[in-house]
Amino acid sequence: MLNLIIFIPLLAALGILLGAPARKTALGAAIAHCALTVLAFLSYDRAAGGFQFLSSYPIAPEWKLNYLVGADGLSLLMLLLTGLVTLASIWLSPRVEKRENLFYACLLFITAGAAGAFASVDLFFFYAFHELALIPTFLLIGLWGSGERHTAAWKITIYLGMGSFILLAGLLDLYFSIPAALRTFDLRELQQLATAGNLIPGTSVASDGWLVNTWNAQARPYLLLLIGFGILISLFPFHSWAPSAYASAPTPAAMLHAGVLKKFGLYGLIRVALPLLPEGAKVWANLLLVLLVGNIIYIGFVTIAQRKLDLLLGYSSVMHMGYIFLGIAALNVVGVSGAALLMFAHGLSIAALFAMAGMLREKVPTLALESFGGLARPMPWLAFAFGLAAFASIGLPGFANFASEMTIFFGAFQPAADLSAPNFRLATIFALWGVVISAVYMLRAYRSIFMGEPAREPAGWIDPLKSRRWPITVLLAVLLLAGFAPQYFYSYLQPSIQALLPK
Amino acid sequence: MDARFPWFILLAPLISAAFIHLFARKSRGLSATISVASVCFCLLASVFVFVSPGHGGSSEIPWLDFGSALRVPIGVTIDDLSKVMLLVVTGVGALVHIYSLVYMEADESEARFFGNLSLFMFSMLGIVLANNFAMMFIFWELVGVSSYLLIGHWFTRESAAKAANKAFLANRIGDFGFMLGILMFWSATGTVVFSEMEAALPNLTLTAGFLTAAVLLIFCGAVGKSAQMPLHVWLPDAMEGPTPVSALIHAATMVAAGVYMLARVSFLIELSATAQLVIAWVGIITAVLAALMATQQDDIKRILAYSTLSQLGYMIMAIGVLAPGAAMFHLFTHAFFKALLFLGAGAIIYALHHEQNIWKMGGLSGKMKWTFLTFTAGYLALVGCPGFSGFFSKDAILLAAWQQNRWIFCLGLFTAFLTAFYMTRLFVVVFFGSARSEAASHGHDGPARMTIPLMILAVLSVVAGYGFLANRALGAKLAHLLHDSHALGGAGIVMALATLAFVIGAAGGWLLYKGQSKDPILIRLFRNKFYFDELYAALIAGTQDLLATLSRFFDQWFIDGLLVRGLSGATWASGFALRFLQVGNLQAYAFLFGLGVIAMIYLMVFR
Repeated sequence: MLNLIIFIPLLAALGILLGAPARKTALGAAIAHCALTVLAFLSYDRAAGGFQFLSSYPIAPEWKLNYLVGADGLSLLMLLLTGLVTLASIWLSPRVEKRENLFYACLLFITAGAAGAFASVDLFFFYAFHELALIPTFLLIGLWGSGERHTAAWKITIYLGMGSFILLAGLLDLYFSIPAALRTFDLRELQQLATAGNLIPGTSVASDGWLVNTWNAQARPYLLLLIGFGILISLFPFHSWAPSAYASAPTPAAMLHAGVLKKFGLYGLIRVALPLLPEGAKVWANLLLVLLVGNIIYIGFVTIAQRKLDLLLGYSSVMHMGYIFLGIAALNVVGVSGAALLMFAHGLSIAALFAMAGMLREKVPTLALESFGGLARPMPWLAFAFGLAAFASIGLPGFANFASEMTIFFGAFQPAADLSAPNFRLATIFALWGVVISAVYMLRAYRSIFMGEPAREPAGWIDPLKSRRWPITVLLAVLLLAGFAPQYFYSYLQPSIQALLPK
Repeated sequence: MDARFPWFILLAPLISAAFIHLFARKSRGLSATISVASVCFCLLASVFVFVSPGHGGSSEIPWLDFGSALRVPIGVTIDDLSKVMLLVVTGVGALVHIYSLVYMEADESEARFFGNLSLFMFSMLGIVLANNFAMMFIFWELVGVSSYLLIGHWFTRESAAKAANKAFLANRIGDFGFMLGILMFWSATGTVVFSEMEAALPNLTLTAGFLTAAVLLIFCGAVGKSAQMPLHVWLPDAMEGPTPVSALIHAATMVAAGVYMLARVSFLIELSATAQLVIAWVGIITAVLAALMATQQDDIKRILAYSTLSQLGYMIMAIGVLAPGAAMFHLFTHAFFKALLFLGAGAIIYALHHEQNIWKMGGLSGKMKWTFLTFTAGYLALVGCPGFSGFFSKDAILLAAWQQNRWIFCLGLFTAFLTAFYMTRLFVVVFFGSARSEAASHGHDGPARMTIPLMILAVLSVVAGYGFLANRALGAKLAHLLHDSHALGGAGIVMALATLAFVIGAAGGWLLYKGQSKDPILIRLFRNKFYFDELYAALIAGTQDLLATLSRFFDQWFIDGLLVRGLSGATWASGFALRFLQVGNLQAYAFLFGLGVIAMIYLMVFR
């Protein structure tokens, strides 16, 4: 099943490059891919738990290197996210004038890469699949982007390139820190070793330092991973590639990258860094707190100052990463599970928002807020849907974003035993204030676009066609479902996360 | 009664809201019918719950469940407090829904209005029924959302859009403290469920500082929702919403939610004397300042809005002097007479084609007989005329203040005087003298669906204060608290002083405004609401906007400009690398990122 989920988009992309009809093939692949992720999600046996749907193919036995895929609750939620956002983004792709084949192939490569990374139980393929997804992102921005696409593409290339290299260095450092006899790429084995304390023995850390706690053997690889993943996630102060890239990217690329691919870094922190280097995580916990408050408060203020919708959404997406980091930093089941659910929720809501921003862009290419006004009258459906997505994004009850943020607040207020509770409480206070900040910019944007006197000729504006509404409806419906019944999703996440955290 | 029965009260308006928004947005008749049907069902069910003996226990479903680490249920609780609140919310709610059938008839977005009204009923009933802090917070936020949507109902008006944003933000600022307070009590007791928290507290030793901070943070939530100083600024602006909304949400129910929440957690407030003092003073200062502002307003709805602020201040003050019984009593009577006054004002506004300036009205007592009669009942109840409901409940609050803190009592008495004064001003200017505009000379009563709710509310405004109704409604525990307070003494003198304040205020207002065609006095400080709005505008421009601009500048020129480009320049030092990375050079990208994989393979395999 997982092989199909990964290889259907991959093969479809290759087929398109070889001349298959681009949009039809891509749509077919996206529908099949999405249906399979839903199916996998529903058929996962929660009572049994652990990795399921395992399938492997030996690559280099002497290195214990296998192509090995499998999924637990956490991977399945990410795969579901991938499936939903892929379908929505390909469905809503605008007409492509030049090189349509390459365009759709790139989108499908991102999907295949992201799905592969989420489904890999092997460290090598985990990394390699992400590389596969990264390159098409640059192409999409560079070739089909708008506005200052050259600068944006240049920036994201250098930036994420650097992130990937640091990440690679971190993974290598991790790999070679393991005693030679124990080395393997199998994440399950690595995790068992780490749980037993044999992987990289690091002394247990008490939280006494201000920014950095007592150094130990896990500190260096964890820092490399934190920065490497952090750059990919737009952790402050490595964030500045994100807003301009999302502003320039074609709509489906922005949806896929912000919605899905960016979650790879967070997924990596939870899947690789936390379980294998728990003592390293404690060393850098306070530093991470400072950086994530930068994400929430500093980026929050930057977002308030934005006057264009695409940049505003881009910065807000950077800001919300801070909440996910907060949950991860807490190192307890409550916080990390909340972070995982927020990854899912944020992916859906930002994809819906970028999709609708793309619809607005068709009329006003600059997306400057002051050039809109009163659109709720000519476009009641879009005003309604955008309102729901905006409410979701600023964390209002009823949506998964609220449920997960609330879980994170609880988790961070009472962090894992070895961490400094006062520091975490201070960070939680900042995070709560961030909730006010996000209301400031989102409501202002909503007001200037949809409320007030119509600024332009209303005749030019009409609601999107019914056929272009339903992908957004589906995204919002899933957000509401997870907001009303978060426990259903936590029943997937909780055991998986519990297994990943140090006992 | 089955413990699961109250769930239906919660679900009916949710189903109505969802159905209207999803399927009936174009059908005005259907949406109105569904919405009214759902609220009538809620009313009947609430009456049934009310008359059912006992408390029915509480029933819950898990919403978040992390075992011992965190448990947040969605659960309903039925006790004296929630029973009376259910009656108030569904009772006023039903009348306002019926009234809206006429008031919103000509509105093209009637369906959206009724959908949002149902959403509001759902959220408000969630607050009432919540058996734990986290669930209350969820519905607390939802009430803020529905209020935002309803204030912004006429969204094409710039002022309505602004007012909606303002209301939402003020509430969110309050909620910031509220959530923090919840987290503090949760971290201390390990639970968010009220009953478990109450049981856990005696076994804990918490410092006075912790308790004071936590109680005051919880109180922040009430400051936002019940529009107390300094977050009161949103409520007068909220009058941009349709008048039925003002009556239901911004007078009778939502703004009273802060008082209800504090009454619900009075076991926490008892823990900190400092916090009690702060709460009492915030309440009474709000009461006095809002009453002063009300004396100089010209918009009929705004006068009533400031009056609401002032009365909410009373209730909060009562909470602060540990008289939750008196606070709930006043909440109960106030809901009826203030809803009545707003709906009466709405009938006038409706008849006068959306004229809201009292100086453009006048002489309406003869032309709008039923409106006049019912409004009179509401007016007398609000100013505390002996025999009317407001007299009894206000008296209970003043008595509690008298027994606790004489300074606060004096300010309370002063507020009572001001209330009588500004309401008499409104009453005289609107209903007596000669018509001061073309529209006012053609005033007329609305149709029956409009006047019948007024009549019902008028009857309630008279009788709600009497023991046979009030004691029954408030339930044994709260009524007992009220009686205990009477036993402490001072009842006679407080009643006499309150009556005197009413007489002087009403007489002053009558003498000053009888036969006037424009306001004979002008006090700029009051008229301009103590310049709070200007102060906040300056504060926001000086802090938030400045910080935002600075942050953006820093981000653009330092982090992005210098740091990123400088660093990347150093990393990829050679001009070759830069040339290599020119956009459009596909092979370059592919090559560069192939490098990542290749390097890894190289290190793995050939090292």
